Amino acid sequence: MARRIIKRDYYKATAPPFGPNITPYPGEGMTVQRQDLVGYNGDEAVAFAVKQCKVGVVAAYPITPQTIMVEAFSQYVADGEVDTEFVCVESEHSAISACVGSSLVGVRVFTATASQGVALMHEVLYAASGLRCPIVMAVANRALSAPINIHGDHSDMMGSRDCGWIQIYVENVQEAYDWTIMAFKIAEDPAVQLPVSINLDGFTLTHSMENLNVMKDDEVAKFLPPRKAYVKLDPDHPITLGGLALPEYYFEIKRQQEEAIRMAHKVIESVAEEYCPRACREYGIIETFMIDDAEAAILTLGSTAGTARHVARSLRSRGKKVGVIKLWLYRPFPAAEVAAAVSGLKALAVVERAISFGAPMGAVASDTAVALRQSDSKVKMLNAICGIGGRDISPDDLEDVFNKALEVGETGVVKEPVMYVGVRE
Amino acid sequence: MTEAKKTESLAERMRLPWNCMPIGGAMFEPGSSTEYKTGDWRIQKKPVIDHNKCILCLICWIVCPDVSIYRSEKTVEVDYYHCKGCGVCSNECPVKCIDMVGE
Amino acid sequence: MVLSLKELTTVENFAPGHRLCPGCGPAMAARMCLKAERGRPIVLTNATGCVEVSSTLFPYTAWKVPYVHSLFENAAATASGIEAAFKYMLKNKLIEKPVDVIALGGDGGTFDIGLQALSGALERGHDFTYVCYDNEAYMNTGIQRSGATPRGAATTTSPVGRLILGKRQQKKDLIAIAAAHHIEYAATATVGFPNDYITKVRKAIEVDGPAVVHVLAPCPLGWRSNPSDTIRLAKLAVQTTIWPLYEVEKGSYKLNMKIMKPLPVEEYLKLQGRFSHLMTPQAKDEVEGIHRDVQENWKRILKLCGEAQS
Repeated sequence: MARRIIKRDYYKATAPPFGPNITPYPGEGMTVQRQDLVGYNGDEAVAFAVKQCKVGVVAAYPITPQTIMVEAFSQYVADGEVDTEFVCVESEHSAISACVGSSLVGVRVFTATASQGVALMHEVLYAASGLRCPIVMAVANRALSAPINIHGDHSDMMGSRDCGWIQIYVENVQEAYDWTIMAFKIAEDPAVQLPVSINLDGFTLTHSMENLNVMKDDEVAKFLPPRKAYVKLDPDHPITLGGLALPEYYFEIKRQQEEAIRMAHKVIESVAEEYCPRACREYGIIETFMIDDAEAAILTLGSTAGTARHVARSLRSRGKKVGVIKLWLYRPFPAAEVAAAVSGLKALAVVERAISFGAPMGAVASDTAVALRQSDSKVKMLNAICGIGGRDISPDDLEDVFNKALEVGETGVVKEPVMYVGVRE
Repeated sequence: MTEAKKTESLAERMRLPWNCMPIGGAMFEPGSSTEYKTGDWRIQKKPVIDHNKCILCLICWIVCPDVSIYRSEKTVEVDYYHCKGCGVCSNECPVKCIDMVGE
Repeated sequence: MVLSLKELTTVENFAPGHRLCPGCGPAMAARMCLKAERGRPIVLTNATGCVEVSSTLFPYTAWKVPYVHSLFENAAATASGIEAAFKYMLKNKLIEKPVDVIALGGDGGTFDIGLQALSGALERGHDFTYVCYDNEAYMNTGIQRSGATPRGAATTTSPVGRLILGKRQQKKDLIAIAAAHHIEYAATATVGFPNDYITKVRKAIEVDGPAVVHVLAPCPLGWRSNPSDTIRLAKLAVQTTIWPLYEVEKGSYKLNMKIMKPLPVEEYLKLQGRFSHLMTPQAKDEVEGIHRDVQENWKRILKLCGEAQS
C-alpha cells in the first residue's frame, strides 16, 4: 500500500504517454489510452475535469480568481458538451445551499469559490459536512478582506479548517485536473460521504497556463461511475434530514462525522491506488523530495513546493543537505505521514501562506507541531510565513528559510520560531 | 389513529453509541412523531363531538393543527392520544356540536 | 375551481405528535399546504423556525414527505438546488415521475434574512412554490419583531415602554416584492379560509415556474390570544381588510374576497394581547397610524384589482 508517501529523488516533467497503448508498469497488465496534451490554466483545467466527471448540478457565483472556472463551464453548457444543470445563483451562500439541496437529491455536484465567497459560505460549509453531502468545491485561494486583496494566499481555507471538509492542496495544473477527478470518488465513497475542497493558489496557479495531460472521456468514466447515493430525498422512501438534535444526540452524530473524515485518509490511498495506473502519474497523501539524507527541509502546501524544489536542487549542488515535503492532504491532517517523513531531519521549516492571528504559530505549523509531539520527535521546527496577499515567494526567500533551518539544525536553538519572509522591515 | 405503545420510547431507543447513529442525524422513519403522546398536554378540557348534530362539514378536520380529528366516510372522531385541547374545532364548528368538556 | 374539503386527500403527510403549541397557526398552514398535492410527490424544504424545530425533533419527525432543513435563510436556495437536481434526474431518466418542490419558510426566514435567496430563486425561474407562513414576528426565538410585524405590535424587541409603544414601522409587502420578479403567480391567504388557501397552493404548484403564497398564520403564544381563537383571528384579519385576499396572475391583480362592509379594526386588535396597549389614550397616534395603514392598503389593493372603491 504505497500511496501514503510518494518519494521522489528526481523530478521530471510528466511526459504524456505516446503511442496508441502503453503498459504503465511492467507486469501490471493494464493498458491505458493515450492522453491528450493541452495548454490550460488552473481554472480551465478544473472546469475540464468537471466536464469529464458528468456532474449533475453546478451552482456557482463568480469571484476573482475563480471566474474562469465558471465561465469555461458555462461555455461547455451553452455548447451542449455537458448536460449539467448550471444554476447561476445570486451569492456564494446560495451557491453552496443549492449544492447541498442537489447533493441530498442524489446527483453529483460541484461548485467553486474564493476568499470572500468561502467566508460568506462559512455557516453552510458546516451544514454541508454535517448533512454528509459529497460536494466537490474548487477554491481559488485568495486573501481575505479587509483591506481587500484579490491575490493569492491561504487565509480563506485556513479560516475554515474546522468545518469538516476534506482539504486537498494542489501544486500545478496537472494536479488540479487529477485531484478534481479523484475528489469526486473520495467524496462519494460510502465510508466517507463528506465534501472535499480542492485548493489552488489564486492567480499563481489559477491563471498560469501549463502543459496538461488529459485523459480520454471513457477512461474517466471507467474510473468514476455515476454517483450512487445512499441517503437521499426519494419520494419512495421519505426521510427527514437536518432536524433538531438536542444535547442527547448531537455529540454522537458529530463524533461519527469525525470518524468519517479520518476514514477519508484510507479512502484517499485506495482512490489514488486506482487512479494512478490509469493516469500514469503518482499521487498519495504527501510527497517528499530528496528527504532521505536531508538535514533540513521545508514543509509546504500548494505551488510554493515547486519553488522550494528548485531552491533545494540549487542548495544541494552547493553541498547543503536539504529536502522538501509537500502535503497534498491538509484535512484530515496526515500526522503519521509527516512524522515518518521528518524522522531523519534535524530541522523543519513550515512555510505557509496565512497568518493565524494571535496563535503561537500558523495553522499548518501548529498542526505539524502536534504531529511531531505525538511521535516524540526531536526535530526542531520553525514557521515561515510568506506570500501573504499575493506577495511573490522568490527563490531567494526560500533560500533564506532553508539556511535558517540548517542553522537551527546545527545549533539546536530556535531563535525565531515564527519568521515573516518577504515583508519590508 | 393511536400507535401501539412500545415498551421503550423511540427517544430512548435512539440513544445509541456514536457508530450506530443514523448518518448525519437523518430520521428514516417518516411520521415517527405519531408515537409521542401530545395528548398529555391537555389541561382540563377535551373536545367531545355530538355525532347526532354533526353534519360532516369537515371543518374541524381541516383546521385541527394537531391532525387529531380523524376523518372517515361516515364520521369524524377525535384522536385523544394527540389532541392538545386547543379548542379551535369547538370554536369553528358551524353547528356547535363539539363541546370542550372537563376531564 | 375552489377545492372543497371533501375533495381533499385524507392522507396525512404531516403527522400528529409534533411539538407546536396548541392552536398553532403555522401548524395548520404546514398541514394544509401538503393537502394541495396534485398526484405528484412533494419534496419539502424548510427554513429554521417554529415549524422546523418543533416538527423534526430528533428522532421524532412529523413529516411523511422527503424533507430537508439546512439553514435559516436558504430555504429558497436549497429548493433551487433540489429542483435543478430533479430536473437533471428526469432528463437522464434516473427517475420516472416529476416531483413538486415546496419551500416552506416563516416570515423571519422570508421577509428578512431569506429575502435574497427568495429573490434569486424567483428571478432564475425555478419550478417551485414558496409558502411563507406569517406569524408576524420571530416567534421561535422568543417573539422578536421582524419585517412582517405590523405597526403598533408589541414584541420583545419592540416592546411597550414609557417612550415607545410597540413597533413603529409598517409591515413589508411580500406579494409586491414577489410580483416585481415577474412571476406567474403570487397570492395571499389565511388559515381562516382553508379552501381558499389550499386552492391557492394547488394553483401555485401547478404553475410552471416559481410561485409565492403568503399565508397569515396567527400564533396564540406570540399574539397573546386564546388558542381557540386562531381561526377566528385569521378570518377577522380578512373581514377588517387588514389582510386583503388577492392573487397576482401574470402581473394582473384579482381580488378574491371583496369586503363590502369592513368590520372595525378594533374587533381584530382587542382579541390580541400584543395590541392591548393600544386601548389606552396614550396610544392614540399608533391607533390612527394603524387605521391609516389599513385603509390606504385596502384602497391600493382595490385599485390594483380594478375594483370600485367602496
